[in-house]
Amino acid sequence: MAATAELPTVKPLTLSRPRAIVDWLSTIDHKVIGLSYVTTAFIFFLLGGIEALLIRTQLVVPDGQLLDPRAYNQVFTMHGTTMVFLFGMPVLTGFGNYAVPLQIGARDMAFPRLNAFGYWAFLLGGLFLYASFLLGAAPNGGWFAYVPLTGPTYSPGINMDFWALGIIFLGMSTVAAAINFVVTIMALRAQGMTPFRMPLFVWTILVTACLMIIAIPPLSGAATLLELDRRFGTHFFDAQGGGDPLLWQHLFWNFGHPEVYILILPAMGMVSEILPVFSRKPIFGYAAVATSTVAIGFISVTVWAHHMFAVGLPLVAQGFFATSTVVIAVPTAVKIFNWIGTIWGGKVLLRPPFLFAAGFVAQFIIGGLSGVMVATVPFDWQAEDTYFVVAHLHYVLIGGTVFGTLAGFHYWLPKMTGRMLDERLGTLTFWLTFVGLNLAFFPMHISGLLGMPRRVYTYPPGLGWELPNFISTLGAYILGLAILAFVYNVVRSLYVGEPAGDDPWDAWTLEWATSSPPPPHNFHRLPPVLSARPLWDLKRRGRPRGEAPDWIEPAESGDPVCPSHWPLVVALGLALLFAALLVSPVWAFAGGLMCVAGIVGWTWPAAPEPGA
Amino acid sequence: MSVTSLKSLNFERGLVHGHQPGWWGMVMLIITEATLFVYLLASYFYLRAEAPAWPPGGIDRPDLLVPSLNSVILLSSSVPMWWADSGIRSGSQLRLMLGLAASFGLGALFLLIQGFEYARLGFAPQVNAYGSAFFTITAFHGGHVLAGLVMMALMQVRTWLGHFDARRHLAIETTALYWHFVDGVWIFIFATLYLSPYLFPALAR
Repeated sequence: MAATAELPTVKPLTLSRPRAIVDWLSTIDHKVIGLSYVTTAFIFFLLGGIEALLIRTQLVVPDGQLLDPRAYNQVFTMHGTTMVFLFGMPVLTGFGNYAVPLQIGARDMAFPRLNAFGYWAFLLGGLFLYASFLLGAAPNGGWFAYVPLTGPTYSPGINMDFWALGIIFLGMSTVAAAINFVVTIMALRAQGMTPFRMPLFVWTILVTACLMIIAIPPLSGAATLLELDRRFGTHFFDAQGGGDPLLWQHLFWNFGHPEVYILILPAMGMVSEILPVFSRKPIFGYAAVATSTVAIGFISVTVWAHHMFAVGLPLVAQGFFATSTVVIAVPTAVKIFNWIGTIWGGKVLLRPPFLFAAGFVAQFIIGGLSGVMVATVPFDWQAEDTYFVVAHLHYVLIGGTVFGTLAGFHYWLPKMTGRMLDERLGTLTFWLTFVGLNLAFFPMHISGLLGMPRRVYTYPPGLGWELPNFISTLGAYILGLAILAFVYNVVRSLYVGEPAGDDPWDAWTLEWATSSPPPPHNFHRLPPVLSARPLWDLKRRGRPRGEAPDWIEPAESGDPVCPSHWPLVVALGLALLFAALLVSPVWAFAGGLMCVAGIVGWTWPAAPEPGA
Repeated sequence: MSVTSLKSLNFERGLVHGHQPGWWGMVMLIITEATLFVYLLASYFYLRAEAPAWPPGGIDRPDLLVPSLNSVILLSSSVPMWWADSGIRSGSQLRLMLGLAASFGLGALFLLIQGFEYARLGFAPQVNAYGSAFFTITAFHGGHVLAGLVMMALMQVRTWLGHFDARRHLAIETTALYWHFVDGVWIFIFATLYLSPYLFPALAR
């Protein structure tokens, strides 16, 4: 049958059409949802960045006067909460949403409406958290919300209620997305795409989604118990009532450490996609990268108490957690050697996606090494709760997640928008990010070792902390400039960027086998998947096996593919429920009913065919 | 170039190991919910390991007679659910209706008896960490039972409307799966909250 006869026209993604907003509210297209995720998460990234600049401006000189302690607590709590829950996870979910169905040759995610629900719950959960600023009551107990500080006695306002309820809400969004990823990758891979032919980004999203499925419950559970302690007088974390504050730390870090890998694995996946394409050779040791991803996933659930070396755990336990933490460096190092081996001997193209991916490798090594340092119990006792830890985690999260994300943006935006980014601006963004990151965070190793505790709103002069703090602030502003350059580059490309064409990088995974941006149904036809590089096989005509067809049909989605507003209704019901829990439980009942009604509408068959 | 339709099993209907994506989605939901229960029960034992006596604060060990009978009621509700599920696979809407109704009745009876048990306990969630854990875990499970009842009621209505037959019954399959989970997880909750204070009194220092 001829494929060209019935090519549907590509509807451009633009808000200028009438009804565009209405369409958006009921969209179930993974590409629109993925773009919405990425855009919303990036806006939260800008907000979190503004909070970071407030923090750095306050600390640029001793006895800073910009923020009072109360405001400072809110700003650093929301900075951490935003970057982890409103930027890190959703931006990676957004890339996964956009790229995974394309990379596995599917028409959409397995559950397109659940996908939409995940986005709405993320958006509304984020707005819920940020609504706290309007009441002047933003969360103020730190992003890991340690009790007893965050318990009813020491945090009597509604600040931490916003945090606990917002976290439960966002957890639902995350789990919805995770379930969808796992089933999509299980069920909707194109014909011939065996597990060891999947793109490495798909591997990392799969492991990340599995981690989310088991790591979000301890967080949601802990936040629920905290809220019960705060609102209903239970005693889970209250030592006088027979509870235990350490229970919070165990539950939180049972989420918190897998979370670190949730934030880094997809970025590793992006790097594993980008480095080979720009080195013009296949990844070195594909199977080793895939299996170390799985190994990291398994080990990551056994390391949580390395956040708790200073609380007086039994020495045997400390030894166990120190060991498991050092062990996780092994599969991580395997990947780093694979990436270096990929670049080695390749025809390297120094274009922005490559720069960010290579920058990821360089900076992540530094964060990984300081991670091994703080995994060592005696060293950790010295560095605990100082700026050394702040330096470590930012090298991992900016050097890792943010560099990976920026690499992903420079690599996939041409696919998403159909237009190229400017290469010189991209290169400028890279160098500003690279210099800014190191200027901002390397000195924190020093100030930390000089004893500067994290989360202090100011410090007196004469302790030797002035110079490192001044340099850190300078670096933070350079990072801010880098992000501005990136935003300008993206906006500019939307108007005057060069058309990207289907395959601007001469790459080999399936997303480059369709147009940029892809049509609503993604593919008119697919090359058969006979290796991990189906498009390369097609272009090179170097087929591993003989008698394969030129093109195959893409896999169907599990759900009927028609727009639905029910996911939004359910998410709004949840938002009403959580908002009501802050003020009047009566309305919580209404919110619950709205959710049930939404789910009934959602699951009702679109066109029931009795007896069909 | 021509588009050749080569349809593999996984490709034509998205079946994985003979199950549709929706079934696997429910499996994933159950895994994440089960993890939550694991952490709640682990929290119970964590608090217990810290306590000088268990139950602390002069609370008696839980009475076993009514909760045991109630457990039998809940677990037996899985049988009509299974009967309903296998009924619709062979096209019997009557078995589906009757089975769903029986399951619903047993589940509702379980919740009712749980409510009376709450009133008989003689302690409140606010009394100490034991009370907090006892009520939170049982109420959390009760919430899952309630969700299951809502699902069954919805499935009953949809059965009357003729939405299900031998070919189309994914929603019944997933509802049944969820209900078996709600029943199965109760075994662990019952063992933890009701039996373990008797089985390991030594843990209570």
